[in-house]
Formats: sequence, C-alpha cells, structure tokens
Amino acid sequence: MISNTTFHYLVFTLSFVLLTTCSQRPEGVENILIKGSDTEVNLALSLAEFYMDQEPKVSIAVTGGGSGMGIAALINGKTDIANASRPMKAAEISLAQDRGIQPEAIVFAMDALAIIVHPGLNINQFTLDQLGAIFKGDLTNWSELGGPNLAISLYGRQSNSGTFVYFRDAIVKGEYSAQLKQMNGTAQIVEAIKTDPAGIGYVGVGYVLDKEREAIVGVKVLDVLNKENNIAFSPLEVEAIQREDYPIVRPLFQYTNGKPKGQLKTFMRFCISEKGQQIVGANGYYPISEVYRLQNKQILE
Amino acid sequence: MMRKISDRLIRYFFFLTALLSVVVLLGIFGMLLWNGIKVFESISWTNFFFSSNWNPSAYGEPSYGILAMLASTLLVTIGAMLIAIPLGIGTAAFLSEVATKQAKRILKPIIELLAAIPSVTIGFIGIVLIGPTIANWFNLTSGLNALNGAILLAFMALPTIITVAEDAISAVPASFKEASYALGANKWQTLIKVTIPASLSGIIAAIILGVGRAIGETMTVLMATGNATALPTGFFDPVRTMTATIAIELGEVPFGTTHYYALFAVGAVLFLLSLATNIIAERIANQYRYKI
Repeated sequence: MISNTTFHYLVFTLSFVLLTTCSQRPEGVENILIKGSDTEVNLALSLAEFYMDQEPKVSIAVTGGGSGMGIAALINGKTDIANASRPMKAAEISLAQDRGIQPEAIVFAMDALAIIVHPGLNINQFTLDQLGAIFKGDLTNWSELGGPNLAISLYGRQSNSGTFVYFRDAIVKGEYSAQLKQMNGTAQIVEAIKTDPAGIGYVGVGYVLDKEREAIVGVKVLDVLNKENNIAFSPLEVEAIQREDYPIVRPLFQYTNGKPKGQLKTFMRFCISEKGQQIVGANGYYPISEVYRLQNKQILE
Repeated sequence: MMRKISDRLIRYFFFLTALLSVVVLLGIFGMLLWNGIKVFESISWTNFFFSSNWNPSAYGEPSYGILAMLASTLLVTIGAMLIAIPLGIGTAAFLSEVATKQAKRILKPIIELLAAIPSVTIGFIGIVLIGPTIANWFNLTSGLNALNGAILLAFMALPTIITVAEDAISAVPASFKEASYALGANKWQTLIKVTIPASLSGIIAAIILGVGRAIGETMTVLMATGNATALPTGFFDPVRTMTATIAIELGEVPFGTTHYYALFAVGAVLFLLSLATNIIAERIANQYRYKI
C-alpha cells in the first residue's frame, strides 16, 4: 500500500536515477539536469538530444512532473534548469531566496492553448470572459451559451501543472470551479473530451495537431475572440499565434539558479539560437518574439 | 551445548525480524505525525478537518480543508465494499462448499491472478472501458466518477477477500456440518446458518483486508475518478481521494512549507483511518470467534 501511495513519486525518482546513472560518462563530462513542465518535456528532450550530438562533453538528463515540480526542485537545489510553463510566484521566489537560490529565467519558446470540446457541440467560439465564467463555475449549463441542455463538464490539469496555473491566472482570474476534473496529463484531457458530449478543456495546441498541422479527429478546436478587436481567431492558424492575435499564448521558461555559466549557458544559448528555434517550431511550439529575445540577452550575455 | 546456542541465536534472530516491522511501523507513523502536526501552526484544526475546501495553490488565499477528500475516500471505499463483499463471500462459499475439486483447481489460480494486474492497467481500463459504460448506462456525459473508482477497487479487493474468506470457510470443522446435516438441514441451510457464522471472524478479516486495499489504492483512483475537489454528493460525482491528493501534490511542494506539512497531515489521517479499521476488525473478529 505504501508503494502505491508513493508510486507516482517513485516513478519520477527512479527514472531520474536511471537517467542520471545511464548517462554517466568518463571524466570531463558535464552533467546538466532539467526538470519540470510536462508541456515542455518533449521539446526539451529534442533540444537536449540535438545538443548532445554536437557536444559529446555534455550530458543532459530531462524529466517531467509538472512546472510546480521543476520549480520545487530548483528551490530545493535538485536541478540545474527548471522548465516552467508559468512564471514563478512571488512566494516561490522569496522562498528560493531564503535558501540562497537566485532564480533567473529565459523564455525559449511560445505555446498556444487550444480550447477543445466534443465535435457534436454546436458552439464555435468563445470570448475570454465566457471562458473565465465557464471555468469559474458561473456558467454551468451549455444552454446558457446557446448549446444543448447539458451540464458543462470541466476538464483541466492538476495543480502541479503550469498550464493549470497559467490558465487560472490569465483567463479564469479567480478560483477554478471545484467541479473541475483535474486530469493527469494533457493527453488524458483530449481522450476525455472525445467521449464526453458536454466536456470542455484546455490543452497545448501541439496535442491537437496531426503531422500535417491539422486538427485531430474526435475533438473540436474552438476559436477565441481577441480582446482588442473582438475578432475570433483559431489556434490552428500559425500567423494568428505569431502575431499574438490568438489571445491564449504564453511563454515557456527555463529557470536557473543565478545567471547560467559554462556549459549551462552555452546550452541555453543554443535553445534560443536559430537552430534551437527551428526545433521549437518542429515540435508544435512557436519561436519567441523580439521582446523576449531582448530580455533573454540580459541573462545570457 | 552447540544446540542450545544455535536455538537461542535463532530465537533472537526471529525476535529481531518481528521487531523490525514494529520499528518500521512506528517510524513511519512518527514521521507522519512529526511533520503533519506542524500544519496546525499555520491553520486551525477545525479548518483542517471541517472545511471541504482544499486549494493549496490557490489564486487567492490557499485553503487546507480535508473534508471533501475524506468523504471521497470513504465514498469510494464503501462503494467498492458494497460490490466486493457479496461477490467475494459468494465466490469463497462456492469455491469451498459447492465447486468440484476440478473446478476449484482451475478457478482459484485465475482469481489470484487478478491481484497481479498492475493498478495502472486497471486505471486504464477504468478510463477506456468502465467510464464510457457508466456514462452510457446512467445517461451521464462523463463516467469519471466515484462509481467508476468503486467498481475498479472492488475488483482489486476481490482476490484478497476471496482467498482469505475461502480459507476461513474451509477451516470450519467437518463435524459442524455433519451435525447440521444430521439434524435434517440441507446444504444451503448449513452454509448460511452454520458454516458462514462459524467462519465469521475469518470473513471479517477478509473484508477488512479488502477495505485496506481500497483505502490505500492510489493510481487507479487517480486515473479513473475525475479528481474534482468538490464535496461529493453521490456516486456520480467526480471525486479526489486522499491518496490521489498526496500523489498529485507531493512532487510540487517545497520542503518545510504549510502545504508540505498539510500533505503529511493527510498521510497521518490516512494511516489512522487504516489503523482504526484494523483495530475495530480485530475486536469484532474476537467477539464472533467460535469457541470450540
């Protein structure tokens, strides 16, 4: 029973141990540990693999677990880079400082969140306010939005997920409804929506695109109205995201303790280099904008 | 002389092994309590036990009320037992009293094999099979709810319940049954009025072991019950149990924060819950023990 209670934790620890022991190489090799966001884990792996091919003297181990887990690991001094799909909270920063950790961050990719519903639902777009009201639990029936008379069934991520926190802070702007079903991972939200005619959920857009960058079968990706000009945009249009017309776009962070040095710095520079950003695009994410490029410079100069 | 020494050594060795589990148990409980008690430095115990609002990483003020998850754990466990107890005891009675030797030889290993299915697999079945079926039958939109968890946990508890209950029923002396037959009772009357009451202590032990299995199970409920933090109103509500909460959140907490201690406190409550069921079971079992 104890092994069950800690199962989740154990898996992470084990994979972590395995990764670090497997990647033990001869002397002179520098190890880099990356931990955190599940949204970023595949992207970070692609970047790390490409980089390790170029730099045999560096060994990079990547594990997921959620942004909260990565940030906790940074605070506890257990990782070199914490991947996070949300900024660190003020409380987390002061806790880190109390322990002598100085968090610094770069933005290395952009991610759009798609709002998905069951294909049978006769609703095509939302305003941000409507989305907020739905996830807050103020609107509880689809008939209030012109849909069928069905109780809205909410799907989201768990509290250790950066996506959970980002969506709450940027869109819900309050507490989630207690009826929110907190799913284990993004793929589980997609699977649940496929079978739930009253379901609605948010997922990274990479999870609802097939290889041709079209929406996958079984879910309906809704348009969201922009606040500035009240025009609906779809997260499936690349231009809408790059011009930031689609309103639910967020930066993805890499946090380190203090400004990175040595191999760590070289690796992070690679992530925002032209080649790095190409890999970002190939993984279903979007290259960073000029503003973030300038911010990054201050950290990596 | 040598024999005496080796006898004594062996006795000490077994004493030490027995002591080890006691030490481990006390150590675990001590650690849970030591860390868990610190949560009450920042929140009142009434808030902790009687608020149903658990939201440690809140947008506004964090809150640490365990009532909803306590109710969720109890709901799923009770549901699982409502399904597993009749099925389990029925199967045990069939295996030991009715089935032919041949049938038993085939059935028993199959039932025990059920225990070998990993909980992740059972959770997966809950998502792709049981969930949609529940939604269909009860005309719900989603089948990720307490009922789903209860059904899955029932099947996970069944092998334990059946094995232990079957042993208990088989252990009833033949003389009891013979006496019953001699008084003119038929096979059914003997089973219900004599054999099962005579093995009641063992059957209760079986049920309690099943309850323990259900309370402590994590992965399956985490996957199949929907994990909503609201206070459940029935079996069709999505629930998040205590075990699921610990599994989900323990990875994200920085050491030494209120949230960290709160999770240990949840663990301590879970431990006390299992301990209480075991003590009650022991009491009942002793009371009903057949005096021969």
